[in-house]
Amino acid sequence: MSELTLTVMRLGFLAVLWLFVIVAVQVIRSDLFGTRVTQRGSRRQEARPAQQQARQAAAPPQQRGQQSAGGGRQRRGAPTKLVVSEGTLTGTTVALQGQTITLGRAHDSTIVLDDDYASSRHARIYPDRDGQWIVEDLGSTNGTYLDRTRLTTATPIPLGAPIRIGKTVIELRK
Amino acid sequence: MSVVTNTTTIGAIEAPSRRNTELALLAFAVIIPVFAYLNVGLAMDGKVPAGMLGYGLGLGLLAAVAHLVVRKWAPYADPLLLPLATLLNGMGLVLIWRLDQSPRLIATSMNRFGTFSPDAPSQMMYSAIGIAMFVGVLLLLKDHRVLQRYTYISMVVSLILLLLPLVPGLGADVFGAKIWIRIGGFSIQPGEFAKLVLAVFFSGYLMVKRDALALASRRFMGLYLPRGRDLGPILTIWAVSLLILVFENDLGTSMLFFGMFVIMLYVATERTSWIVMGLLMAVAGAAVVGSTASHVKSRVAAWLDPFGCLETATDQNMLNACDQMTQVLMSFGSGGILGTGLGQGNSDLIQFAANSDFIFATVGEELGLAGVMVFLLLYGLIVERGIRTSLAARDPFGKLLAMGLSGAFALQIFVVAGGVMGLIPLTGMTMPFLAYGGSSVIANWALIGILIRISDTARRPAPAPAPSPDAEMTQVVRP
Repeated sequence: MSELTLTVMRLGFLAVLWLFVIVAVQVIRSDLFGTRVTQRGSRRQEARPAQQQARQAAAPPQQRGQQSAGGGRQRRGAPTKLVVSEGTLTGTTVALQGQTITLGRAHDSTIVLDDDYASSRHARIYPDRDGQWIVEDLGSTNGTYLDRTRLTTATPIPLGAPIRIGKTVIELRK
Repeated sequence: MSVVTNTTTIGAIEAPSRRNTELALLAFAVIIPVFAYLNVGLAMDGKVPAGMLGYGLGLGLLAAVAHLVVRKWAPYADPLLLPLATLLNGMGLVLIWRLDQSPRLIATSMNRFGTFSPDAPSQMMYSAIGIAMFVGVLLLLKDHRVLQRYTYISMVVSLILLLLPLVPGLGADVFGAKIWIRIGGFSIQPGEFAKLVLAVFFSGYLMVKRDALALASRRFMGLYLPRGRDLGPILTIWAVSLLILVFENDLGTSMLFFGMFVIMLYVATERTSWIVMGLLMAVAGAAVVGSTASHVKSRVAAWLDPFGCLETATDQNMLNACDQMTQVLMSFGSGGILGTGLGQGNSDLIQFAANSDFIFATVGEELGLAGVMVFLLLYGLIVERGIRTSLAARDPFGKLLAMGLSGAFALQIFVVAGGVMGLIPLTGMTMPFLAYGGSSVIANWALIGILIRISDTARRPAPAPAPSPDAEMTQVVRP
């Protein structure tokens, strides 16, 4: 056998061994169970940046100064996602795209809560005309709490404030 | 504002059975050793080896039987355990066959015993028995919780298995270590089977006693110190493992059992103090015995200074231990990063036990650091899948059993690989699946069988579908 063939075989064999390990690790990676988040439809996405710029221009100068002081990276003051921080759905995030988000045990809710203490149609979160996100209780049995106060009317949500529904806590983040 | 166009649906992913993934990986795991076989043949004789087809078909048949049994009787089992074990077993067969071809080993054997018998065919037979054992475990053990009933019986059985090598007439002293028994023409290493039985005993015992061991304790310097009477079990196991060390002269077996108990104790109670105490006790015991028993002493000398002790060795046994160690270290060293290539190394210079205790040196020399890492990763993946099974298992007994088995497996790898590489003193244990030895292969296939059974139960989807939440009433929070 020529030296070259043997060298090629030796290196090839090591490569095949490593390939097996990599494939095995890929199987483990795809084997992690959990919740699947499926995104559907994104027709209007290209329209977003323009709107956000317009909104930012309209914001009072004082607020804008605060934002740039807080961190040069995050120009936009508006939250971009809703994060579930407690409860069975912990870790789930939903992108805020200007649509109304309904929460409850009903199957047609945006976020279906698997929580005995939540009502079928518990609360909704929607943006008002200025882009400020509002939370409203929909007459639930156990109520919706923003921080520690029970909601009676539609209330604007400060960034990062916990909204408690039954055992589930959600918050808005940038 | 824009029209609502983006909807996000959140749903649980159903656990797929993943049997087809397993089949694909299994095919891969059979092809790799066949490639290695070809590689060895081409390197040593310059032609395609004659037995390649038979070897490939044999390994493929064993893998296919195992796969079909898993598909039928454990459909939700972990998809990686079987291919990983098959690959290691197949590579072990190739490495043993490669050492069988070595003219140096054949000549030594002819000189010493007057005959030479290749080990690869018998290892193939042991692998077949191992697969049969695996199939038997899956067929007979429909639910691993049945083993819980035999907690104290397994304690007795494991003690008997551990003490068998000491019975006069039955036990065999093989180069210092008394870990073998001879029945008929066969020699068996009962310690390998004791590992499985002990894991059953430890998990059954700790499942019942863990609250007493975890909760009744005083806090002292950041550690939870258990009550005096709760120290009983750990002291007993410590004493038994020291007895093994003293009478059977085997550091590996005693370390394996004591380590397995400490790991399971820690997992059951979540108290770090057990690990601290276990380590202290192990070090104290090993230090005392290591400085007195002659067999262990020569191993320690070979570990501390393998090259120096060639000159200072006091007797023939010590000289042999040191000589082996130097050969092993030279073997690893000459492998370098990419190795010399299969069939082109000189790891047969180790002579005695080159294809059992020291088989990892052949990997180190012929496949180099890159190959050694692959093998350690393969073992690591088996351990990882075992621990994952333990996390996913729903019953405490299954959790502890899976943890104990994978812990023992990991410890064995550490003890053997560490011993061969000069990290710890060498012991007479074998690399699971890779090394030549019937008991080891058979016991480890049974171990994989039990892990597959537990993982099948753990990953099986819950039987009753959850009722629709819309139909249920909302519970009212009462202050």
